[in-house]
Amino acid sequence: MPDPDTLPGSFRASIFIGFRTLLYKEVLRFWKVNFQTVAAPVLSALLFLLIFSHVLDRRVTVYGDVAYTAFLTPGLIMMSLLQNAFANSSSSLIQSKITGNIIFVLLAPLSSRVFFAAYALAAVFRGLFVAVGVWLVSVFFVDLPLAQPAWVATFAILGGALLATFGIIAGIWAEKFDQLAAFQNFLIMPLTMLSGVFYSIHSLPSFWQQVSHANPFFFMIDGFRYGFFGQSDTSPWLSLAVVGACFIVLATLTLILLGRGYKLRG
Amino acid sequence: MTTPAIRIAALTKSYGSLQALAGIDLEIARGEFFGLLGPNGAGKTTLISALAGLVRADGGTLEVMGHDVVADFHNARLKLGVVPQELVFDPFFTVREVLRIQSGYYGICNNDGWVDEILSRLDLLSRADASMRTLSGGMKRRVLVAQALVHRPPVIVLDEPTAGVDVELRQGLWQFVKQLNADGHTIVLTTHYLEEAEALCGRIAMMKAGRIVALDTTANLLSRFSTRSLRLQVQRPEVAEALGGVVSGGWVDFSIDTAPEVETLLARLREAGADVYGISVGEPDLEQVFLEVMRRA
Repeated sequence: MPDPDTLPGSFRASIFIGFRTLLYKEVLRFWKVNFQTVAAPVLSALLFLLIFSHVLDRRVTVYGDVAYTAFLTPGLIMMSLLQNAFANSSSSLIQSKITGNIIFVLLAPLSSRVFFAAYALAAVFRGLFVAVGVWLVSVFFVDLPLAQPAWVATFAILGGALLATFGIIAGIWAEKFDQLAAFQNFLIMPLTMLSGVFYSIHSLPSFWQQVSHANPFFFMIDGFRYGFFGQSDTSPWLSLAVVGACFIVLATLTLILLGRGYKLRG
Repeated sequence: MTTPAIRIAALTKSYGSLQALAGIDLEIARGEFFGLLGPNGAGKTTLISALAGLVRADGGTLEVMGHDVVADFHNARLKLGVVPQELVFDPFFTVREVLRIQSGYYGICNNDGWVDEILSRLDLLSRADASMRTLSGGMKRRVLVAQALVHRPPVIVLDEPTAGVDVELRQGLWQFVKQLNADGHTIVLTTHYLEEAEALCGRIAMMKAGRIVALDTTANLLSRFSTRSLRLQVQRPEVAEALGGVVSGGWVDFSIDTAPEVETLLARLREAGADVYGISVGEPDLEQVFLEVMRRA
């Protein structure tokens, strides 16, 4: 494969157009069914918010004086973002594989890197759409500070990219919808629920605090929450290092799988 | 010397213990209308898939217009348009969106002029803004053809494009493909409709069990493997049958290789008292050739 840096400009431009088109196609795909892909997850998060805040808001405070509903909201935003980023790349890939229309992407002169970048970025976009939706509706229920917006953006994008990448791996590996559902129900959902979305891990016994530190979802949500309150269960720098390392590992694995055509090119 | 449109050397591919391609060597010149024939499971689709990069070969090399399909996949795929055998489509998009997206994959922006022309030539212009889900099977098949052409590839591979397609559409499709060939595109066709291959292809390869078992011009294959048949209506069919004819529906068929054989046969029938009152000559066809080649292979 020629080194892209030494390629003529028109060649590089055509690669960029290919990337942009695949990204556009993936965004258009979920946007055409936005009631299902954006509105429904926003509604789910809103229901969590209403129920938990009604039950617990006056009884529980976190980080000293932060109301429970305020504490919960960034967790719900991040949980929705992560789950939808995963759902987008994984479901798009498995649908394309099962219906056979993945062939149109595989026939085209799109490299593994372009394939990866476009699918991952589109999934991040969906996660961000949902996250902004949850944030906007939460404004009516909770007064949410925004102490350090850069951390919010960093963890939103990096966490979304991590789950989008994981979704690509799941979409490549799975051959049936129930295999993908197993990924979602037995891995993504428990790791998200046990990551501190609904509680501070300081409220857990010491053993479970240690267990939580083995869950990368904890670092994504904790770092994201730091951006809102300026305080968190662990250092945002440690969270950034863990999430960044996980992303690099998964992205490398994804590029290797794509490069070998694993389960895509016979 | 001009590089061939397609060059395949020592190509092998196995799926477990099944050897799908057992050492294929093949060159297809630029501008050819080439037929790839074989029974189900012969390896035609695997060969096409390897050419298109959908399948990774175990060994050997494949080039499209001089570009290796693995080492220089970008240029190889730019030169190749493939109409897949399966009737696949993306249900989320309209016909025009599908073609714009497909153009973009190949690095082409603002392709609407060419897209409209393809749609017009495939009689799809009125359905350009329809969702793919609402199209009939024949229309979806034509969209597949259009998708393969958005980047104006010099080499076009059609993998059984008329399977399950009605006669009218098939005729229209072949007119279009013939025009593409006349415009300079190299066409590679697989089909189970042998009369189509005979009418369209200048050269044909026949495959069986992952190997090419016959490769020649269509004319040569017809003359090498096939005989004409002389069909006669005679007064005493039992006499004609005794002379080697096959009685079928009031006619007696004889295999004939040369004109003098006709004279000899007619003379022998006359001598035996079997007067001939009807005659027709059956031309050799590719179906006979195909069956003979497969029998011998």
